[in-house]
Amino acid sequence: MKKFFITIFFSFICFNLYAAGDAAKPLKVDWSFNGLFGKFDRSQLQRGFQVYKEVCASCHSMQYLSYRNLGEKGGPEFSDAEVKAIAAGYQIKDGPNEEGEMFERAGLPKDKFKSPYPNEKAARAVNGGAYPPDMSVLVKARAGGANYIYSILMGYDENPPANLKLEDGVYYNKYMPGNKIKMAKPLNEGSVEYADGTKATVSQMSKDVTAFLTWSAEPHLEKRKRIGFKTIVYLLIFSILVFFSMKKIWSRIETKV
Amino acid sequence: MSEENNKKPTRREFIHIATTAVGAVGAGCIALPLVTQMNPDASVKALAKVEVDISKIEKGNEVTIMWRGKPIFIRRRTDEEVQKAREVKIEDLKDPQKDQERVKKGKDEWLVMVGVCTHLGCVPLKQQGEFGGWFCPCHGSHYDISGRIRKGPAPVNMEVPNYEFVSDTKILIG
Amino acid sequence: MSETNYKPTSSFGKWFDERLPLLTLFNGHLMQYPTPKNLNYWWTFGGILTFCLMTQIITGIVLAMHYTAHADMAFSSVEHIMRDVNYGWLIRYIHANGASMFFLAVYIHIFRALFYGSYKSPREVIWILGIFIYILMMAAAFMGYVLPWGQMSFWGATVITNLFSAIPLVGESITQWLWGGYSVDNPTLTRFFSLHYLIPFLILGLVVLHIWALHVPGNNNPVGIDLKKDGSDTVPFHPYIVIKDLFALVIFMIIFAGFVFYAPNVLGHSDNYIPADPLITPAHIVPEWYLLPFYAILRSVPDKLGGVILMFSAILILAALPWLDTSKVRSAVFRPIYKQFFWILVLDVLILGYIGAMPAEGAYVAIGRVATVYYFAHFLIIMPVLGFVEKTKPVPLSIADPIISGSGNLAAAKKDKNLN
Repeated sequence: MKKFFITIFFSFICFNLYAAGDAAKPLKVDWSFNGLFGKFDRSQLQRGFQVYKEVCASCHSMQYLSYRNLGEKGGPEFSDAEVKAIAAGYQIKDGPNEEGEMFERAGLPKDKFKSPYPNEKAARAVNGGAYPPDMSVLVKARAGGANYIYSILMGYDENPPANLKLEDGVYYNKYMPGNKIKMAKPLNEGSVEYADGTKATVSQMSKDVTAFLTWSAEPHLEKRKRIGFKTIVYLLIFSILVFFSMKKIWSRIETKV
Repeated sequence: MSEENNKKPTRREFIHIATTAVGAVGAGCIALPLVTQMNPDASVKALAKVEVDISKIEKGNEVTIMWRGKPIFIRRRTDEEVQKAREVKIEDLKDPQKDQERVKKGKDEWLVMVGVCTHLGCVPLKQQGEFGGWFCPCHGSHYDISGRIRKGPAPVNMEVPNYEFVSDTKILIG
Repeated sequence: MSETNYKPTSSFGKWFDERLPLLTLFNGHLMQYPTPKNLNYWWTFGGILTFCLMTQIITGIVLAMHYTAHADMAFSSVEHIMRDVNYGWLIRYIHANGASMFFLAVYIHIFRALFYGSYKSPREVIWILGIFIYILMMAAAFMGYVLPWGQMSFWGATVITNLFSAIPLVGESITQWLWGGYSVDNPTLTRFFSLHYLIPFLILGLVVLHIWALHVPGNNNPVGIDLKKDGSDTVPFHPYIVIKDLFALVIFMIIFAGFVFYAPNVLGHSDNYIPADPLITPAHIVPEWYLLPFYAILRSVPDKLGGVILMFSAILILAALPWLDTSKVRSAVFRPIYKQFFWILVLDVLILGYIGAMPAEGAYVAIGRVATVYYFAHFLIIMPVLGFVEKTKPVPLSIADPIISGSGNLAAAKKDKNLN
């Protein structure tokens, strides 16, 4: 009786999950950070940062990240000198100085990532009313996570289905809910030139930047999985000890545990 | 634990001791993040070092900057001030320390110190007091032009922080 | 149990205990307290819930040290906790998943009581205190969910506070009073933070009363009969129940750790990582999973006020359960028909939860309505009627020998016992 109900209930759920949605099912990537012992690929994160810096950053902010994060453990792990150089490449508004004026200075590792627009309204004004979302936690802010972001980047098609009407400034994307997106295809073959000689295909760049965004959304992912594994192993050992302790104690009386 | 329990022989059995010990280790591990969360976090630590441009400070002037939430006095002393600081007899001092020990070698004109009175944490006023240095208005401590305590309740000289000259015009504090 | 002749061993202990009998209290309620020896693992959830409450309070106090309750800064202060604070990510994930674990445990605890008739006389007050705890838990969880000030926080707060606008005449003023403005905004956030900090301590107080009320008649047990007076059916709480609760707790913690370390966001909603925006409503507002069944009941009524009333009734009806259940037998083990209906109720609540997560359209609405009607029918019709029509199985005379007895129900069993 119980099992019968449970079976019905779950088949009910499964049926409905498949019935929903007009967007294609997101692509699946075998990410290095998946799984029990998942870790980021440092050079992939470094390449991903390059893609963000050279392509995405012209519209998307990452306001919760600081340049120092790029050198921290578990991330792209740029060297101190590299982090300083990256930060110094930006002009950051600071002040007021002695005369009460705001001034610009070269960026420091402690500074937050410089945003492309001074505020959200300015961003909307330039982008036809659409706000390019902040990318700091984007991977966690989308239901499909990394696979979804990767799919969006891969989902552009110059020949949209004939029955789909696209307004001005709207593009076709296979994986977007409703198949319409206000962002033009951001990555094209060779959009960036990788220093490590990796070929900058659209798929490669999409993977790299998605990995970078996954790290930015969850900077302590590696540490979390490392501590998590130790914790669970500890709890398993402890549960066995407690179990035998319990058996011993309950053996004093005739009732079984 | 009551006496009654201690008398039971099973209490001393290995399995219970092992369980208790492993449980205690686990409790200790849980305490660790709960305690360390109160330590300075990454964003605070990122501000622990400050680079200061000192090129605009004239001789005989000083600036005050903030470092780790405290004022730092950076004074470019005149030659007379340096001389005056070095003429003081070491035995006259409450906290004996040579002026040379309080500055970087070859940069004798630059005095960099934490501008906090060592008595109870007030900020002393510059160019006041009986020794031509600083004077703390809270409880009347007098410091000389090397920041050393000369008179009043403060026990020791004003603290010189860790710093280095990155170049002739820049110092890195912290 | 004040009647125990406990005496502290150390002289300081004696001195102190004579002035404030804390040690006697501790000894009586946490060590010698006689517990039925046939309790199964479903009974370990009381201890697990205590652990959950303490975990939430401790991690919550820590998070409050780093969180900023301001509409402009709440979201970034949460990111600050996740990125910069030492182990901040761990503490926040424990707190966020801890809420789900707390509800998981409380639902098992409630359904255990429903199955074994633990709400029946003489334990009505324990049960009603438990319902108060449950209501406060929902309030605390809801307000806590608002604090990160993401899209779901903001719109969840908007939808839930708007429930009160359904009240005739004063509804509008009540919502404005709740908000401290004309919509959910900074004043709402700061008061929710204050109350979110307060409620767990109210829960703690109620938990003390809940346990106190439990220790008057003592625990119910899987057989559901009263224990023998001579104490041969019981074991002291320490070490027997303590170690058993601990074992169950460690197993529970493994599941807990699985969520915290390997799927920390799976129970939350991704939209809550988008900062609150009063101009854009998410396509699909859903509460946290543990509130879904009530959300489904709310939506199953086409009338605003009616939905609100029905939703609150769905919780409050539980308080009347000790009197709606007319059966003389406590445990479902000896109630073959009730047992079936119990599992149907479980299924019904799961369906309601599922409907609550789905958009309010088409077949979902119809299924939601049927499930809602059944939910109320279970308590208002099935429970009272079943007590009269159900032929219960023979109830044993004592928990030690659960098989021997020829009697048809508890009353008969008692009579037999008296005759013997």
